Amino acid sequence: MAVKFLREKWFYLVLLLAAVTLPLVVTDRYIFQLAIMSLIFSIATLSLNLILGYTGQASLAHAGFFGIGAYGVGLMTKAGLSFWLALPLASFISALVGFLIGLPTLRTRGSYFAIATLCFGVIISIVIGNWVELTGGHTGLLGIPRPKIGSFEFSSQISQYYLVLAFLLLTLFVMHRLVHSLQGLSFMSVRNNEPLAEAVGINTFATKIISFMVANFFAGMAGGIYASLIGSISPSTASFNHTFNWLVYLLLGGAATLAGPILGAFAFPLLMEYLQFLEDYRLIIFGVLLIIVIIYFPRGLMGGIESLQHRIKTRYRLRKGDGKNVVTASGKSHQAV
Amino acid sequence: MSLLQVENLTKRFEGLVAVNDVTFNVDRGEILAIIGPNGAGKSSLFNLVSGILRPTSGRVFLEGQDITGLKPHRIAQMGITRTFQTTTLFNQLRVADNLAIGYRMRTASGFWSTIFHTRRWKEDREKTMARVLEVLDFIGMTDKAFDFVSTLSQEEQKRLAIGVALAGEPKAILLDEPTGGLIQEDTDGITQLIKKIKAAGITVCLIEHKMNMVMDLADRIVVLNYGNKLAEGTPGEISTNPAVIEAYLGREYVA
Repeated sequence: MAVKFLREKWFYLVLLLAAVTLPLVVTDRYIFQLAIMSLIFSIATLSLNLILGYTGQASLAHAGFFGIGAYGVGLMTKAGLSFWLALPLASFISALVGFLIGLPTLRTRGSYFAIATLCFGVIISIVIGNWVELTGGHTGLLGIPRPKIGSFEFSSQISQYYLVLAFLLLTLFVMHRLVHSLQGLSFMSVRNNEPLAEAVGINTFATKIISFMVANFFAGMAGGIYASLIGSISPSTASFNHTFNWLVYLLLGGAATLAGPILGAFAFPLLMEYLQFLEDYRLIIFGVLLIIVIIYFPRGLMGGIESLQHRIKTRYRLRKGDGKNVVTASGKSHQAV
Repeated sequence: MSLLQVENLTKRFEGLVAVNDVTFNVDRGEILAIIGPNGAGKSSLFNLVSGILRPTSGRVFLEGQDITGLKPHRIAQMGITRTFQTTTLFNQLRVADNLAIGYRMRTASGFWSTIFHTRRWKEDREKTMARVLEVLDFIGMTDKAFDFVSTLSQEEQKRLAIGVALAGEPKAILLDEPTGGLIQEDTDGITQLIKKIKAAGITVCLIEHKMNMVMDLADRIVVLNYGNKLAEGTPGEISTNPAVIEAYLGREYVA
């Protein structure tokens, strides 16, 4: 556990420095807005990473919970509640709905869980679209107030950027503590070998429920921040297109790593932006890219870097002659999903 | 009183009786071997005792307490852990992490204490580290603590699987073919380890095909055939029992 922390620590510092100084470097308002969205989606992807990357349960209802958080904050702040109270409340509601949906769905395994959650995700967005009295139906929710501290309103891009960055750091902090702990080992034991985990006394169902609730709490939080900063939301906020975007960020960036989801959430939209001239052919390129990554780097960019490090280290040890048992050392041993 | 009592245990799959009205006791501190030809119901019996399968009828008692039909993790928490016939480990993780997961059920830190690093979390972490070191030493793999499972030899993986089951401080451990697929030299190593487990006061229940190993290790033997208990006794009694010899070697060998 400690080794892994040290190995990933340098990356955090670089990331943090880059994140804090980014507003000084980026002057283009459009690109800057993209960066803010990437920060929000980083939170969503990080939370997807907990249930999918670390616990091995492919939840495809993630955008649904993002939507619950968004509508929760939108409705509550429009009713006059402070953003700072509405956000944790909405996130908690999202976690609670996650608990209720998890009770039946987490009893299924593998692709069945993916299909079941996909259905629930779609149901959530349909409910949002048709519960007109509460959500305003397909016209959506407009004029959601921005977060405020006293008389200061988060209306400038820079202030919004640092606000979201703070929430991302909070998410990272929680994820880091969870993952590098006995609780994290419980999650990974379920991902890796559920029958064995159960046989050594781990309540795998409860473990999955905890992971699912925490993941959905942060998905809801990401949605709440999104609603408040964008100011208007519609049923498409909860669309499963979002889920699949985050899934791609996660797989490209590296599932079951902490830096991977953030890397993916920044790299992918930026690439999309710079390849704009290719129009729809972009999607073909990304399709091919995704296939290559899944086959050759099952743990994404970060996983690729890690296994490269591992391979170099192993070769070094072999040369030193103390690795007589290190025959099959490769990063392939720990696939994420 | 016996540590583990199996009473009239029956498991019926559609059209097939895997385990039929089997009764036996496992005494505290002994090594009990369960032998029988392929398909005799040995692994099914383990699955019934460890809660992976629900029995059709019959009861299982641990220290007099009825544990029939409990979830596997509950049975593990009450003190029965097991290994599987095909070596199963957490093969994406390191050796030490595997053992820590084995001890996880003896720790209580959950979500909040993990987030806030409470005193309980710190105590749990120290307890776990101490236990992992202890088990590493016990199974003789201290130098492999930070290796990934995929880099271990077959024999080391078998050792580790036993270590994972031991880490949670069980009262009884069920070993399903702990030396399956190993060469003789490695088998001896595992045999020594099983003797060590017995010496540590842990009751062992063992499924094994290698007869010389069973005869060497077991205090008592239960023989299964087609789901029925064929015989029960000391290795000496079993090796001269005509019904056992017939089941194993065929009728013509019965002298």
